[in-house]
Amino acid sequence: MTAIALDNVTVVLGGRPVVDRIELDVAEGEWLALIGPNGAGKTTLLRAIARLVPYSGSIALAGRDTSDLRRAELARLVAVVPQEPSTPPWMTVGEYVLVGRTPHLGPLAKEGARDREAAARALSRLDLDGFGERRLGTLSGGEKQRVVVARALAQEALIVLLDEPTAALDIGHQQQALELLDLLRAESGLTLVAAMHDLTLAAQYADRMVLLDSGRVVADGAPREVLTEEAISRHYGAVIDVVPIDGRVAVIPRRSPASNTQTT
Amino acid sequence: MSATAAPSTRVRARGLTPVWAGAAVAFLVFSVVVGVLVGPIDIGIDRVLASVGERLHVPGVTSDLTPTEEAILWEIRVPRVVLAALVGGMLALAGATYQGVFRNPLADPYLLGVAAGAGLGATIAIAYLPEGLRGQRALPLAAFVGGAVAVVLTYAVGRSARRERDAATLVLAGVTVAAFFTAWQTFVQQRNSETLQQVYTWILGNIPSTGWADVVLILPYVAVATVVILALRRVVDVLSLGDDEAASLGVNVGRVRLALVVAATLGTAAAVAVSGLIGFVGIIVPHAIRLLSGVGYRALLPLSVVVGAGFLVLADVIARTALSPAEIPLGVVTAFFGAPFFALVLRSTRGGGP
Repeated sequence: MTAIALDNVTVVLGGRPVVDRIELDVAEGEWLALIGPNGAGKTTLLRAIARLVPYSGSIALAGRDTSDLRRAELARLVAVVPQEPSTPPWMTVGEYVLVGRTPHLGPLAKEGARDREAAARALSRLDLDGFGERRLGTLSGGEKQRVVVARALAQEALIVLLDEPTAALDIGHQQQALELLDLLRAESGLTLVAAMHDLTLAAQYADRMVLLDSGRVVADGAPREVLTEEAISRHYGAVIDVVPIDGRVAVIPRRSPASNTQTT
Repeated sequence: MSATAAPSTRVRARGLTPVWAGAAVAFLVFSVVVGVLVGPIDIGIDRVLASVGERLHVPGVTSDLTPTEEAILWEIRVPRVVLAALVGGMLALAGATYQGVFRNPLADPYLLGVAAGAGLGATIAIAYLPEGLRGQRALPLAAFVGGAVAVVLTYAVGRSARRERDAATLVLAGVTVAAFFTAWQTFVQQRNSETLQQVYTWILGNIPSTGWADVVLILPYVAVATVVILALRRVVDVLSLGDDEAASLGVNVGRVRLALVVAATLGTAAAVAVSGLIGFVGIIVPHAIRLLSGVGYRALLPLSVVVGAGFLVLADVIARTALSPAEIPLGVVTAFFGAPFFALVLRSTRGGGP
């Protein structure tokens, strides 16, 4: 089944098309990495999918056009992990994860036992048992990231959109976070779409990569098809080597020859 | 069999804990008792209780108050205490609501131009209406209309902004409208300098001793505003994550914010209409609660109502007794006693609330 179907989606910001006539289908259970240079439109595309920015064209999630859905219905289909989530320091981890249950509650309702169970489950799955009463302000960066993912899980949506989920983490925590997402995807059949800058890391985990440049899809396929020296150099303006490792590919930046001679 | 009954992680939202709810209610009860007992004529607590008992038809209880004492108690003191409680609770609740909705710790109930609009309405009523008409009924009405018009204008200006309509735009629109209305108010005041004293007294705020009339006047607004805001108190916590995240969590941000702001503003306009501009309550009460208890909005909002009510009742006792028979403007009292108290709270806590 198709989890996400984008048809001719365009987002114009400041008079400029930031996302430009994009056609894209994402299958249920797929892990798609959105890559591309700064300003390519990755974040804006994620925001359009979550209907956080006005767009033209049509976007369907699990076969339903998002423009027909109420906010709460939409939030039951898609959860968002923003690049810089706000984590009010006074809020407890338990309260924060319960906030993820909002789309399942009416505006006037209170959380019930089911919601507390869903939140507790999400915390357990992220190894955060016993964190329920901790204040967000007392957590490390890695713990905070896990709490934000727990909130998205508690939302029990089919699709999770992640904007640079590893940007704030060290290499160990980056790996842990992505392993965990992969595991959760396998367990719950989640569809993941993640905007990522770290191409090697993205290639390790994603089934499929979509390379955006100037709001257009310029390459789409398995990581080793998309990550070519030619494509990276053209779209990122980077000098790199692409090295195959265990069937996956790694992208290694190379110092350009010209800059070696600047001292002479 | 060992006790392995899934000690799964416990998750709870810290709502109103009995300790804080109890402390807040005890504070309000204390304030009300002081407010009812203190005054130029001494009516002992036993005789007050007897009078209350008689009115509640408690069998065997009869009041021995003279008719004068009876009138002082039930037509002056009690309504004044109730009015102060309504105004104080409303201002503290509106302040806490604005702080959450606009994610701005310095937001106060007068943020969107209510004060400037009500000030203009009151000034016009004092300056231009004939003496007989201006008194009891016309002044609050004019202030209420002025405040409401200012906020509607703020909303209209905020919505007409071409850029994304976020909370900051609305606050800027409020500043604009407030500046315009303040200028107009100053102009009217200058042209009618013989009424300066009266306008000034109104602006500094006081709780009038007008019996039950003002209570009846503002009660519907305060009640509706309080019910609406408290019903939405969980959503205010979600809004504190910002518009985008709240929207991605399924909150219709524009609609919820409009409901909260309209409720807080109507309630504030009603409070201002009878009491003038009482500063400080709307900022200091919510902040003192969050510093002391560290709770989120879902507990902060109801606590603000109760503590704000108690705070203003006590402030009003000081206002009418400290220099009796003269009255100190209530806005002066709230700041004069509230500021040192808040400094103390700031010193003795590490903070925690939103």
